[in-house]
Amino acid sequence: MAHIAVQAEDFDLNNEVATLRAGRTDIGAIVTFTGTVRDVNGTLKSMTLEHYPGMTENELEKIATEAESRWPLSGCTIIHRYGELRPGDNIVLVAAASAHRQAAFEAAEFLMDFLKSKAPFWKKEDTGNESKWVDAKESDTTALKRWGK
Amino acid sequence: MQLIYFASLRENLGLSQENYELPDTVATVAQLITHMRTRGDHFTAAFENSLMLRVAVNQMHAQPDHPIKNSDEIAFFPPVTGG
Repeated sequence: MAHIAVQAEDFDLNNEVATLRAGRTDIGAIVTFTGTVRDVNGTLKSMTLEHYPGMTENELEKIATEAESRWPLSGCTIIHRYGELRPGDNIVLVAAASAHRQAAFEAAEFLMDFLKSKAPFWKKEDTGNESKWVDAKESDTTALKRWGK
Repeated sequence: MQLIYFASLRENLGLSQENYELPDTVATVAQLITHMRTRGDHFTAAFENSLMLRVAVNQMHAQPDHPIKNSDEIAFFPPVTGG
């Protein structure tokens, strides 16, 4: 039921939502989250995302299956890009559809919290002068605790 | 077994993957990490800090007590930073 994609290409939010709700009239709420490449200091030239082909897709499937077991979802979508991205580019899309908003909101947040601490992606920032791997945040691990994990 | 390295670990080792014979003394993930530290040079440094090390056995996240065998695919990487 979940649509999972790990791809170099960009995605289109409207197309993905249209696919998620195509032919369905039982959906009452769709929550989407888009993560983009951030350049707070104006020094970022590019960001490169590395991942573990095979395990990445498996982990995203597991995360989606877990969300579907916790909330009555009509469908969900996870798309994550890899490769070299520029400031402002899309990185990740999560969408959750349900009959009611609470399930859609909570599931979308759950999907992102788990993706951030379980899916094997690594970011490297390049300013032109230096390139540096992004450090993991302790807050991403503690975010799982409220979901009982 | 097949050993795979990602991100900073791959760069520090200058190696993305290798075939490696499982030593007789190694039966768990924790024992493999201890063994990797005895390989010298870049390995000793790269495997020094357990807090910055994550392990997957056959593409599943694995804890230190996870058993391993010579037919496994074992990946080492730093904490993930996707999303």
